[in-house]
Amino acid sequence: MLVHSRGAKWAVWALFLVLFLPLFALPLLVVLGASFATNWSSVLPSGFTTGHYSAATRGEALQALTTSLLTAAAASLLALTAGTWAALAAAGLKGRYRRVLDALFVLPVAVPSVVVGLAILVAFSKPPFLLNGTREIVILAHTVLVTAFAHQSVSAALARLDPAYEQAAASLGARPAHVLWRVRLPLLLPSLTAAAGLCFALSMGELSATMMLYPPDWTPLPVLIFAATDRGALFAGSALAVVLMAATLLALFAVSRVRTRASYR
Amino acid sequence: MAEVVRRLRVRRGWSRPRGGSRTSNTASRPWLAAVPPVALLAVLFLYPLALVVQQSLQPDTGGTSFQPYADVFASDAFREALWTTVWLAAGSTVGCLVLGFVLALVIAFVPFPGARAVARFIDVFLSFPTFLITLALLFVYGTVGMANGLWTDLTGAADGPFQFLTTPWGVLLAEITYFTPFVVRPLLAAFSQLDTAQLEAAGSLGARPVRIVRRVILPEALPALAAGGSLVLVLCLNEFGIVLFTGAKGVTTLPMLVHSKAILESDYPGACVVAVVNVLISVGLYGLYRVVSRRARA
Repeated sequence: MLVHSRGAKWAVWALFLVLFLPLFALPLLVVLGASFATNWSSVLPSGFTTGHYSAATRGEALQALTTSLLTAAAASLLALTAGTWAALAAAGLKGRYRRVLDALFVLPVAVPSVVVGLAILVAFSKPPFLLNGTREIVILAHTVLVTAFAHQSVSAALARLDPAYEQAAASLGARPAHVLWRVRLPLLLPSLTAAAGLCFALSMGELSATMMLYPPDWTPLPVLIFAATDRGALFAGSALAVVLMAATLLALFAVSRVRTRASYR
Repeated sequence: MAEVVRRLRVRRGWSRPRGGSRTSNTASRPWLAAVPPVALLAVLFLYPLALVVQQSLQPDTGGTSFQPYADVFASDAFREALWTTVWLAAGSTVGCLVLGFVLALVIAFVPFPGARAVARFIDVFLSFPTFLITLALLFVYGTVGMANGLWTDLTGAADGPFQFLTTPWGVLLAEITYFTPFVVRPLLAAFSQLDTAQLEAAGSLGARPVRIVRRVILPEALPALAAGGSLVLVLCLNEFGIVLFTGAKGVTTLPMLVHSKAILESDYPGACVVAVVNVLISVGLYGLYRVVSRRARA
Protein backbone atom coordinates (compact mmCIF):
# COMPACT_ATOMS: atom_id res chain seq x y z
CA MET A 1 0.00 0.00 0.00
CA LEU A 2 2.55 2.51 1.20
CA VAL A 3 5.68 1.07 -0.38
CA HIS A 4 5.37 -0.39 -3.86
CA SER A 5 8.81 -1.34 -5.10
CA ARG A 6 10.01 -4.79 -4.15
CA GLY A 7 13.40 -3.71 -2.87
CA ALA A 8 11.97 -0.99 -0.67
CA LYS A 9 9.49 -3.46 0.80
CA TRP A 10 12.27 -5.85 1.76
CA ALA A 11 14.24 -2.99 3.25
CA VAL A 12 11.26 -1.98 5.42
CA TRP A 13 10.71 -5.56 6.54
CA ALA A 14 14.38 -5.95 7.37
CA LEU A 15 14.19 -2.81 9.51
CA PHE A 16 11.11 -4.22 11.23
CA LEU A 17 12.87 -7.48 12.04
CA VAL A 18 15.98 -5.66 13.28
CA LEU A 19 13.77 -3.69 15.70
CA PHE A 20 11.30 -6.41 16.59
CA LEU A 21 13.42 -9.51 17.11
CA PRO A 22 16.01 -8.23 19.60
CA LEU A 23 13.50 -6.14 21.53
CA PHE A 24 10.47 -8.42 21.80
CA ALA A 25 11.21 -11.96 20.69
CA LEU A 26 14.70 -12.25 22.16
CA PRO A 27 13.77 -11.55 25.83
CA LEU A 28 11.27 -14.41 25.99
CA LEU A 29 13.60 -16.82 24.17
CA VAL A 30 16.51 -15.83 26.39
CA VAL A 31 14.58 -16.50 29.59
CA LEU A 32 13.44 -19.83 28.20
CA GLY A 33 17.01 -20.74 27.19
CA ALA A 34 18.46 -19.70 30.52
CA SER A 35 15.94 -21.79 32.44
CA PHE A 36 17.52 -24.95 30.96
CA ALA A 37 21.13 -23.84 31.50
CA THR A 38 23.68 -23.70 34.28
CA ASN A 39 26.08 -21.28 32.67
CA TRP A 40 26.02 -18.38 30.19
CA SER A 41 29.42 -16.94 29.39
CA SER A 42 29.36 -17.19 25.61
CA VAL A 43 26.83 -16.39 22.87
CA LEU A 44 24.65 -19.34 23.80
CA PRO A 45 23.92 -20.80 27.23
CA SER A 46 25.72 -23.98 28.21
CA GLY A 47 25.34 -26.84 30.65
CA PHE A 48 21.93 -28.23 29.76
CA THR A 49 19.84 -29.23 32.77
CA THR A 50 16.22 -29.70 33.72
CA GLY A 51 17.15 -29.46 37.38
CA HIS A 52 15.78 -25.92 37.75
CA TYR A 53 12.36 -27.16 36.69
CA SER A 54 12.31 -30.06 39.11
CA ALA A 55 13.24 -27.55 41.82
CA ALA A 56 10.62 -25.10 40.53
CA THR A 57 7.81 -27.62 40.82
CA ARG A 58 8.26 -28.76 44.40
CA GLY A 59 8.67 -27.48 47.92
CA GLU A 60 8.85 -23.73 48.41
CA ALA A 61 8.41 -22.96 44.70
CA LEU A 62 5.33 -25.14 44.33
CA GLN A 63 3.86 -23.50 47.41
CA ALA A 64 4.54 -20.07 45.89
CA LEU A 65 2.83 -21.14 42.67
CA THR A 66 -0.31 -22.29 44.50
CA THR A 67 -0.19 -19.09 46.57
CA SER A 68 -0.09 -17.03 43.37
CA LEU A 69 -2.87 -19.04 41.74
CA LEU A 70 -5.13 -18.82 44.82
CA THR A 71 -4.45 -15.10 45.27
CA ALA A 72 -5.11 -14.39 41.60
CA ALA A 73 -8.31 -16.46 41.57
CA ALA A 74 -9.68 -14.83 44.73
CA ALA A 75 -8.67 -11.32 43.69
CA SER A 76 -10.11 -11.67 40.17
CA LEU A 77 -13.41 -13.02 41.48
CA LEU A 78 -13.73 -10.20 44.02
CA ALA A 79 -12.63 -7.59 41.49
CA LEU A 80 -14.96 -8.91 38.82
CA THR A 81 -17.91 -8.80 41.20
CA ALA A 82 -17.15 -5.31 42.48
CA GLY A 83 -16.18 -3.95 39.05
CA THR A 84 -19.24 -5.36 37.29
CA TRP A 85 -21.54 -4.16 40.04
CA ALA A 86 -20.06 -0.67 39.85
CA ALA A 87 -20.28 -0.62 36.05
CA LEU A 88 -23.94 -1.71 36.13
CA ALA A 89 -24.73 0.85 38.84
CA ALA A 90 -22.94 3.59 36.88
CA ALA A 91 -24.90 2.69 33.73
CA GLY A 92 -28.11 3.39 35.68
CA LEU A 93 -26.90 6.83 36.74
CA LYS A 94 -26.86 10.00 34.72
CA GLY A 95 -24.47 12.81 33.92
CA ARG A 96 -22.17 13.96 36.67
CA TYR A 97 -22.81 11.10 39.13
CA ARG A 98 -21.92 8.57 36.49
CA ARG A 99 -18.67 10.34 35.66
CA VAL A 100 -17.75 10.58 39.35
CA LEU A 101 -18.39 6.86 39.88
CA ASP A 102 -16.37 5.95 36.77
CA ALA A 103 -13.51 8.21 37.85
CA LEU A 104 -13.50 6.71 41.37
CA PHE A 105 -13.17 3.21 40.01
CA VAL A 106 -10.35 3.95 37.54
CA LEU A 107 -8.36 5.90 40.13
CA PRO A 108 -6.37 2.83 41.28
CA VAL A 109 -4.82 2.62 37.79
CA ALA A 110 -3.27 6.04 38.20
CA VAL A 111 -2.08 5.56 41.78
CA PRO A 112 1.29 3.75 41.83
CA SER A 113 0.86 0.16 43.03
CA VAL A 114 3.64 0.65 45.57
CA VAL A 115 1.54 3.43 47.11
CA VAL A 116 -1.55 1.20 47.10
CA GLY A 117 0.54 -1.34 49.01
CA LEU A 118 1.78 1.29 51.45
CA ALA A 119 -1.74 2.67 51.96
CA ILE A 120 -3.20 -0.75 52.70
CA LEU A 121 -0.28 -1.54 55.00
CA VAL A 122 -0.84 1.70 56.94
CA ALA A 123 -4.63 1.30 57.10
CA PHE A 124 -4.81 -2.36 58.04
CA SER A 125 -2.03 -2.37 60.63
CA LYS A 126 -4.19 -0.68 63.22
CA PRO A 127 -7.72 -1.11 64.60
CA PRO A 128 -10.50 -1.34 63.50
CA PHE A 129 -9.02 -3.46 60.69
CA LEU A 130 -6.07 -5.50 61.93
CA LEU A 131 -4.92 -7.62 58.99
CA ASN A 132 -1.15 -7.04 58.94
CA GLY A 133 0.71 -10.29 58.35
CA THR A 134 -2.29 -12.26 57.06
CA ARG A 135 -2.86 -13.62 53.59
CA GLU A 136 -6.08 -11.62 53.28
CA ILE A 137 -4.13 -8.36 53.12
CA VAL A 138 -2.31 -9.54 49.97
CA ILE A 139 -5.58 -10.61 48.36
CA LEU A 140 -7.22 -7.29 49.26
CA ALA A 141 -4.34 -5.32 47.74
CA HIS A 142 -4.52 -7.32 44.51
CA THR A 143 -8.28 -6.82 44.42
CA VAL A 144 -7.92 -3.05 44.66
CA LEU A 145 -5.30 -3.04 41.89
CA VAL A 146 -7.26 -5.12 39.37
CA THR A 147 -10.82 -3.88 40.09
CA ALA A 148 -10.15 -0.82 37.93
CA PHE A 149 -9.36 -3.01 34.90
CA ALA A 150 -12.46 -5.18 35.45
CA HIS A 151 -14.60 -2.06 35.76
CA GLN A 152 -13.13 -0.48 32.63
CA SER A 153 -13.68 -3.46 30.37
CA VAL A 154 -17.17 -4.22 31.68
CA SER A 155 -18.36 -0.63 31.34
CA ALA A 156 -16.93 -0.47 27.81
CA ALA A 157 -18.95 -3.60 26.96
CA LEU A 158 -22.07 -2.14 28.62
CA ALA A 159 -21.82 0.93 26.40
CA ARG A 160 -21.84 -1.30 23.31
CA LEU A 161 -24.79 -3.39 24.53
CA ASP A 162 -27.94 -3.03 22.44
CA PRO A 163 -30.65 -1.73 24.81
CA ALA A 164 -33.37 -3.32 22.65
CA TYR A 165 -32.97 -6.72 24.34
CA GLU A 166 -33.52 -5.52 27.89
CA GLN A 167 -36.33 -3.20 26.78
CA ALA A 168 -38.05 -6.10 25.04
CA ALA A 169 -37.68 -8.30 28.12
CA ALA A 170 -38.94 -5.55 30.40
CA SER A 171 -41.88 -4.74 28.15
CA LEU A 172 -42.85 -8.42 28.33
CA GLY A 173 -43.08 -8.02 32.10
CA ALA A 174 -39.71 -9.28 33.34
CA ARG A 175 -38.64 -7.83 36.71
CA PRO A 176 -35.32 -5.89 36.77
CA ALA A 177 -33.53 -8.69 38.61
CA HIS A 178 -34.74 -11.15 36.02
CA VAL A 179 -33.67 -8.87 33.16
CA LEU A 180 -30.23 -8.51 34.76
CA TRP A 181 -29.77 -12.22 35.38
CA ARG A 182 -31.24 -13.67 32.19
CA VAL A 183 -30.58 -10.93 29.60
CA ARG A 184 -27.85 -8.46 30.48
CA LEU A 185 -25.35 -10.72 32.25
CA PRO A 186 -25.49 -13.46 29.56
CA LEU A 187 -24.95 -10.79 26.91
CA LEU A 188 -22.01 -9.48 28.91
CA LEU A 189 -20.51 -12.94 29.46
CA PRO A 190 -17.81 -12.69 26.73
CA SER A 191 -16.48 -9.42 28.11
CA LEU A 192 -16.79 -10.71 31.69
CA THR A 193 -14.54 -13.66 30.91
CA ALA A 194 -12.12 -11.42 29.05
CA ALA A 195 -12.00 -9.14 32.10
CA ALA A 196 -11.47 -12.16 34.36
CA GLY A 197 -8.50 -13.25 32.24
CA LEU A 198 -6.98 -9.78 32.34
CA CYS A 199 -7.41 -9.55 36.14
CA PHE A 200 -5.91 -13.00 36.61
CA ALA A 201 -2.86 -12.23 34.47
CA LEU A 202 -2.27 -8.89 36.22
CA SER A 203 -2.58 -10.43 39.67
CA MET A 204 -0.25 -13.32 38.79
CA GLY A 205 2.53 -10.88 37.85
CA GLU A 206 1.91 -8.31 40.59
CA LEU A 207 5.11 -7.47 42.45
CA SER A 208 5.07 -3.84 43.64
CA ALA A 209 2.24 -3.86 46.17
CA THR A 210 3.02 -7.44 47.17
CA MET A 211 6.59 -6.48 48.10
CA MET A 212 5.16 -3.99 50.59
CA LEU A 213 2.96 -6.39 52.54
CA TYR A 214 3.45 -10.12 51.95
CA PRO A 215 3.70 -12.22 55.10
CA PRO A 216 6.37 -14.97 55.20
CA ASP A 217 3.82 -17.78 54.94
CA TRP A 218 2.08 -16.31 51.86
CA THR A 219 4.84 -15.66 49.30
CA PRO A 220 3.56 -15.28 45.74
CA LEU A 221 5.74 -16.49 42.84
CA PRO A 222 6.99 -13.02 41.66
CA VAL A 223 8.45 -12.38 45.14
CA LEU A 224 10.22 -15.74 44.99
CA ILE A 225 11.59 -14.89 41.53
CA PHE A 226 12.93 -11.62 42.90
CA ALA A 227 14.48 -13.38 45.89
CA ALA A 228 16.17 -15.89 43.57
CA THR A 229 17.64 -13.28 41.20
CA ASP A 230 18.59 -11.01 44.09
CA ARG A 231 20.85 -13.68 45.57
CA GLY A 232 22.33 -14.35 42.11
CA ALA A 233 20.44 -17.54 41.22
CA LEU A 234 19.51 -16.17 37.79
CA PHE A 235 18.97 -19.55 36.10
CA ALA A 236 16.69 -20.90 38.83
CA GLY A 237 14.84 -17.56 38.70
CA SER A 238 14.31 -17.95 34.96
CA ALA A 239 12.79 -21.40 35.45
CA LEU A 240 10.40 -19.90 38.01
CA ALA A 241 9.57 -17.10 35.56
CA VAL A 242 8.82 -19.62 32.81
CA VAL A 243 6.53 -21.50 35.21
CA LEU A 244 4.79 -18.19 36.02
CA MET A 245 4.35 -17.35 32.30
CA ALA A 246 3.08 -20.84 31.51
CA ALA A 247 0.55 -20.75 34.34
CA THR A 248 -0.67 -17.31 33.23
CA LEU A 249 -0.99 -18.38 29.59
CA LEU A 250 -2.83 -21.57 30.56
CA ALA A 251 -5.32 -19.56 32.61
CA LEU A 252 -5.79 -17.07 29.74
CA PHE A 253 -6.29 -19.96 27.30
CA ALA A 254 -8.89 -21.60 29.56
CA VAL A 255 -10.71 -18.29 29.89
CA SER A 256 -10.71 -17.72 26.11
CA ARG A 257 -12.28 -21.19 25.65
CA VAL A 258 -15.16 -20.09 27.88
CA ARG A 259 -15.52 -16.98 25.77
CA THR A 260 -15.78 -18.79 22.44
CA ARG A 261 -18.33 -21.23 23.82
CA ALA A 262 -20.40 -18.40 25.22
CA SER A 263 -20.46 -16.46 21.96
CA TYR A 264 -22.03 -19.43 20.13
CA ARG A 265 -24.97 -19.45 22.50
CA MET B 1 -19.43 8.30 14.02
CA ALA B 2 -20.83 11.40 15.71
CA GLU B 3 -24.04 10.77 13.82
CA VAL B 4 -24.44 7.32 15.41
CA VAL B 5 -23.70 8.67 18.87
CA ARG B 6 -26.30 11.39 18.49
CA ARG B 7 -28.91 8.92 17.30
CA LEU B 8 -28.16 6.63 20.23
CA ARG B 9 -28.53 9.47 22.65
CA VAL B 10 -31.86 10.41 21.19
CA ARG B 11 -33.10 6.88 21.51
CA ARG B 12 -31.95 6.63 25.11
CA GLY B 13 -33.44 9.93 26.07
CA TRP B 14 -36.71 8.69 24.74
CA SER B 15 -36.62 5.33 26.48
CA ARG B 16 -35.38 6.35 29.95
CA PRO B 17 -38.16 8.42 31.44
CA ARG B 18 -41.22 6.47 30.40
CA GLY B 19 -39.99 3.15 28.93
CA GLY B 20 -40.59 0.42 31.50
CA SER B 21 -37.04 -0.88 31.50
CA ARG B 22 -36.60 -0.09 35.17
CA THR B 23 -39.28 -0.35 37.82
CA SER B 24 -40.03 2.47 40.19
CA ASN B 25 -37.80 1.02 42.89
CA THR B 26 -34.47 1.49 41.11
CA ALA B 27 -35.62 4.18 38.73
CA SER B 28 -36.34 6.63 41.53
CA ARG B 29 -33.18 5.81 43.49
CA PRO B 30 -30.62 4.50 41.01
CA TRP B 31 -27.76 5.55 43.31
CA LEU B 32 -28.81 2.89 45.85
CA ALA B 33 -27.29 0.22 43.61
CA ALA B 34 -24.00 2.13 43.61
CA VAL B 35 -23.68 2.12 47.41
CA PRO B 36 -22.14 -1.38 47.98
CA PRO B 37 -19.28 -1.13 45.46
CA VAL B 38 -18.49 2.44 46.48
CA ALA B 39 -18.48 1.42 50.16
CA LEU B 40 -16.05 -1.39 49.34
CA LEU B 41 -13.81 0.98 47.41
CA ALA B 42 -13.96 3.50 50.22
CA VAL B 43 -12.83 0.96 52.84
CA LEU B 44 -10.14 -0.71 50.71
CA PHE B 45 -8.75 2.24 48.81
CA LEU B 46 -9.96 5.74 49.71
CA TYR B 47 -9.68 5.34 53.50
CA PRO B 48 -6.14 3.88 53.24
CA LEU B 49 -5.15 6.70 50.89
CA ALA B 50 -6.51 9.29 53.32
CA LEU B 51 -4.50 7.65 56.11
CA VAL B 52 -1.35 7.98 54.00
CA VAL B 53 -1.96 11.73 53.69
CA GLN B 54 -2.65 11.94 57.44
CA GLN B 55 0.49 9.98 58.29
CA SER B 56 2.57 12.21 56.04
CA LEU B 57 1.66 15.13 58.33
CA GLN B 58 2.52 13.31 61.56
CA PRO B 59 6.26 13.13 62.28
CA ASP B 60 7.58 10.46 64.65
CA THR B 61 8.12 13.12 67.29
CA GLY B 62 4.34 13.56 67.59
CA GLY B 63 1.90 16.31 66.74
CA THR B 64 0.84 17.51 63.31
CA SER B 65 3.20 19.53 61.16
CA PHE B 66 4.71 19.90 57.72
CA GLN B 67 8.07 18.85 59.16
CA PRO B 68 8.15 15.52 57.24
CA TYR B 69 7.61 17.42 53.98
CA ALA B 70 10.39 19.87 54.79
CA ASP B 71 12.73 17.02 55.72
CA VAL B 72 12.01 15.01 52.58
CA PHE B 73 12.13 17.97 50.19
CA ALA B 74 15.47 19.00 51.67
CA SER B 75 17.07 15.59 51.19
CA ASP B 76 19.29 14.99 48.17
CA ALA B 77 18.00 11.43 47.79
CA PHE B 78 14.45 12.66 47.19
CA ARG B 79 15.41 15.35 44.69
CA GLU B 80 17.58 12.92 42.78
CA ALA B 81 14.81 10.27 42.75
CA LEU B 82 12.28 12.84 41.53
CA TRP B 83 14.56 13.93 38.69
CA THR B 84 15.44 10.31 37.76
CA THR B 85 11.76 9.32 37.76
CA VAL B 86 10.71 12.22 35.57
CA TRP B 87 13.45 11.97 32.95
CA LEU B 88 13.22 8.17 32.78
CA ALA B 89 9.45 8.36 32.28
CA ALA B 90 9.71 11.13 29.69
CA GLY B 91 12.54 9.38 27.82
CA SER B 92 10.73 6.04 27.82
CA THR B 93 7.56 7.68 26.55
CA VAL B 94 9.36 9.33 23.63
CA GLY B 95 11.13 6.05 22.84
CA CYS B 96 7.87 4.07 22.97
CA LEU B 97 6.11 6.60 20.73
CA VAL B 98 8.80 6.55 18.03
CA LEU B 99 9.31 2.78 18.13
CA GLY B 100 5.59 2.03 18.41
CA PHE B 101 4.78 4.32 15.49
CA VAL B 102 7.34 2.66 13.23
CA LEU B 103 6.26 -0.88 14.19
CA ALA B 104 2.54 -0.13 13.81
CA LEU B 105 3.20 1.57 10.47
CA VAL B 106 4.89 -1.53 9.07
CA ILE B 107 2.29 -3.95 10.49
CA ALA B 108 -0.60 -1.90 9.12
CA PHE B 109 0.65 -0.50 5.81
CA VAL B 110 3.52 -2.72 4.65
CA PRO B 111 1.96 -6.01 5.74
CA PHE B 112 3.98 -9.19 5.46
CA PRO B 113 2.97 -12.82 5.95
CA GLY B 114 2.67 -13.28 9.71
CA ALA B 115 1.96 -9.63 10.49
CA ARG B 116 -1.26 -10.67 12.24
CA ALA B 117 0.63 -13.19 14.35
CA VAL B 118 3.05 -10.43 15.35
CA ALA B 119 0.13 -8.22 16.40
CA ARG B 120 -1.26 -11.11 18.46
CA PHE B 121 2.17 -11.67 20.01
CA ILE B 122 2.28 -8.03 21.07
CA ASP B 123 -1.05 -8.56 22.88
CA VAL B 124 0.32 -11.57 24.74
CA PHE B 125 3.37 -9.53 25.69
CA LEU B 126 1.13 -7.26 27.74
CA SER B 127 -0.01 -10.08 30.00
CA PHE B 128 3.49 -10.78 31.31
CA PRO B 129 4.94 -9.01 34.36
CA THR B 130 7.35 -6.12 33.76
CA PHE B 131 10.26 -7.58 35.71
CA LEU B 132 10.54 -10.37 33.15
CA ILE B 133 12.11 -7.89 30.72
CA THR B 134 14.81 -6.88 33.18
CA LEU B 135 15.52 -10.53 33.92
CA ALA B 136 15.86 -11.21 30.17
CA LEU B 137 18.10 -8.19 29.62
CA LEU B 138 20.47 -9.59 32.28
CA PHE B 139 21.10 -12.55 29.97
CA VAL B 140 21.37 -10.39 26.84
CA TYR B 141 23.51 -7.46 28.02
CA GLY B 142 24.56 -8.60 31.51
CA THR B 143 28.20 -8.92 32.58
CA VAL B 144 28.08 -12.58 31.53
CA GLY B 145 25.50 -12.59 28.77
CA MET B 146 24.94 -12.97 25.09
CA ALA B 147 26.30 -9.65 23.82
CA ASN B 148 29.34 -9.55 26.09
CA GLY B 149 29.94 -13.28 25.49
CA LEU B 150 30.01 -12.65 21.75
CA TRP B 151 32.46 -9.78 22.22
CA THR B 152 34.85 -11.72 24.44
CA ASP B 153 34.70 -14.74 22.11
CA LEU B 154 35.53 -12.60 19.09
CA THR B 155 38.17 -10.32 20.54
CA GLY B 156 39.54 -12.42 23.38
CA ALA B 157 39.10 -9.51 25.80
CA ALA B 158 38.35 -10.22 29.46
CA ASP B 159 35.27 -7.97 29.65
CA GLY B 160 32.60 -7.00 27.14
CA PRO B 161 31.70 -3.41 26.27
CA PHE B 162 28.09 -3.60 27.51
CA GLN B 163 28.03 -2.47 31.13
CA PHE B 164 24.97 -0.19 31.07
CA LEU B 165 22.39 -2.49 32.71
CA THR B 166 22.86 -1.20 36.24
CA THR B 167 22.67 2.42 35.06
CA PRO B 168 19.48 4.36 34.24
CA TRP B 169 20.02 3.41 30.57
CA GLY B 170 19.24 -0.23 31.41
CA VAL B 171 15.97 0.85 33.02
CA LEU B 172 15.21 3.03 29.98
CA LEU B 173 15.76 0.12 27.57
CA ALA B 174 13.58 -2.21 29.67
CA GLU B 175 10.77 0.35 29.95
CA ILE B 176 10.80 1.09 26.21
CA THR B 177 10.66 -2.64 25.48
CA TYR B 178 7.83 -3.39 27.85
CA PHE B 179 5.63 -0.35 27.24
CA THR B 180 5.87 -0.02 23.43
CA PRO B 181 2.92 -2.45 22.95
CA PHE B 182 0.75 0.05 24.87
CA VAL B 183 1.36 2.49 21.98
CA VAL B 184 1.17 -0.09 19.18
CA ARG B 185 -2.29 -1.33 20.18
CA PRO B 186 -4.25 1.95 19.94
CA LEU B 187 -2.26 2.88 16.81
CA LEU B 188 -3.26 -0.35 15.05
CA ALA B 189 -6.88 0.32 16.02
CA ALA B 190 -6.65 3.84 14.59
CA PHE B 191 -4.92 2.67 11.39
CA SER B 192 -7.61 0.05 10.78
CA GLN B 193 -10.12 2.89 10.47
CA LEU B 194 -8.00 4.87 8.04
CA ASP B 195 -9.36 4.76 4.50
CA THR B 196 -6.57 3.28 2.39
CA ALA B 197 -7.99 5.06 -0.67
CA GLN B 198 -6.45 8.24 0.78
CA LEU B 199 -3.03 6.64 0.67
CA GLU B 200 -3.57 5.38 -2.88
CA ALA B 201 -4.75 8.80 -3.99
CA ALA B 202 -1.77 10.55 -2.40
CA GLY B 203 0.57 7.95 -3.90
CA SER B 204 -0.90 8.22 -7.39
CA LEU B 205 -0.56 11.99 -7.23
CA GLY B 206 3.15 11.47 -6.75
CA ALA B 207 3.63 11.78 -3.01
CA ARG B 208 6.64 9.83 -1.70
CA PRO B 209 6.05 7.43 1.23
CA VAL B 210 7.69 9.78 3.74
CA ARG B 211 5.38 12.56 2.63
CA ILE B 212 2.32 10.29 2.85
CA VAL B 213 3.30 9.30 6.39
CA ARG B 214 3.82 12.94 7.38
CA ARG B 215 0.80 14.50 5.71
CA VAL B 216 -1.83 11.72 5.73
CA ILE B 217 -1.09 9.06 8.33
CA LEU B 218 0.45 11.12 11.14
CA PRO B 219 -2.51 13.54 11.50
CA GLU B 220 -4.87 10.54 11.74
CA ALA B 221 -2.63 8.86 14.31
CA LEU B 222 -2.17 11.89 16.58
CA PRO B 223 -5.08 11.18 18.97
CA ALA B 224 -4.02 7.54 19.37
CA LEU B 225 -0.42 8.64 19.88
CA ALA B 226 -1.46 11.16 22.51
CA ALA B 227 -3.64 8.66 24.37
CA GLY B 228 -1.08 5.85 24.25
CA GLY B 229 1.78 8.18 25.12
CA SER B 230 0.15 9.65 28.20
CA LEU B 231 -0.82 6.19 29.46
CA VAL B 232 2.79 5.04 29.03
CA LEU B 233 4.03 8.16 30.81
CA VAL B 234 1.88 7.41 33.86
CA LEU B 235 2.80 3.72 33.90
CA CYS B 236 6.51 4.58 33.66
CA LEU B 237 6.23 7.08 36.53
CA ASN B 238 4.72 4.29 38.64
CA GLU B 239 6.99 1.46 37.49
CA PHE B 240 8.60 -0.50 40.29
CA GLY B 241 9.35 -4.07 39.14
CA ILE B 242 11.81 -3.07 36.40
CA VAL B 243 13.80 -0.77 38.69
CA LEU B 244 13.78 -3.29 41.55
CA PHE B 245 15.09 -6.12 39.34
CA THR B 246 17.82 -3.89 37.92
CA GLY B 247 19.22 -3.95 41.42
CA ALA B 248 21.27 -0.83 40.80
CA LYS B 249 22.12 1.36 43.74
CA GLY B 250 22.47 4.31 41.37
CA VAL B 251 18.89 4.17 40.05
CA THR B 252 16.32 5.28 42.59
CA THR B 253 12.86 6.34 41.46
CA LEU B 254 9.98 7.61 43.59
CA PRO B 255 8.27 4.19 43.93
CA MET B 256 11.64 2.68 44.93
CA LEU B 257 12.07 5.43 47.51
CA VAL B 258 8.62 4.68 48.95
CA HIS B 259 9.54 1.02 49.27
CA SER B 260 12.97 1.56 50.79
CA LYS B 261 11.79 4.22 53.26
CA ALA B 262 8.83 2.14 54.46
CA ILE B 263 10.19 -1.41 54.45
CA LEU B 264 13.95 -1.01 54.91
CA GLU B 265 14.12 2.15 57.07
CA SER B 266 10.66 1.96 58.73
CA ASP B 267 10.37 5.73 58.16
CA TYR B 268 6.62 5.77 57.57
CA PRO B 269 6.03 9.56 57.59
CA GLY B 270 8.83 9.99 55.04
CA ALA B 271 7.50 7.16 52.85
CA CYS B 272 4.03 8.72 52.99
CA VAL B 273 5.37 12.12 51.89
CA VAL B 274 7.06 10.57 48.85
CA ALA B 275 3.88 8.58 48.17
CA VAL B 276 1.74 11.74 48.23
CA VAL B 277 4.09 13.49 45.77
CA ASN B 278 4.09 10.44 43.47
CA VAL B 279 0.29 10.16 43.59
CA LEU B 280 -0.17 13.87 42.80
CA ILE B 281 2.08 13.67 39.72
CA SER B 282 0.56 10.41 38.43
CA VAL B 283 -3.09 11.20 39.08
CA GLY B 284 -2.70 14.65 37.51
CA LEU B 285 -1.19 13.13 34.39
CA TYR B 286 -3.77 10.33 34.33
CA GLY B 287 -6.57 12.89 34.44
CA LEU B 288 -4.96 14.51 31.42
CA TYR B 289 -4.81 11.10 29.71
CA ARG B 290 -8.53 10.54 30.30
CA VAL B 291 -9.38 13.93 28.79
CA VAL B 292 -7.10 13.35 25.79
CA SER B 293 -8.35 9.82 25.12
CA ARG B 294 -11.98 10.94 25.36
CA ARG B 295 -11.19 13.59 22.73
CA ALA B 296 -9.47 10.93 20.65
CA ARG B 297 -12.56 8.73 20.66
CA ALA B 298 -14.97 11.53 19.75
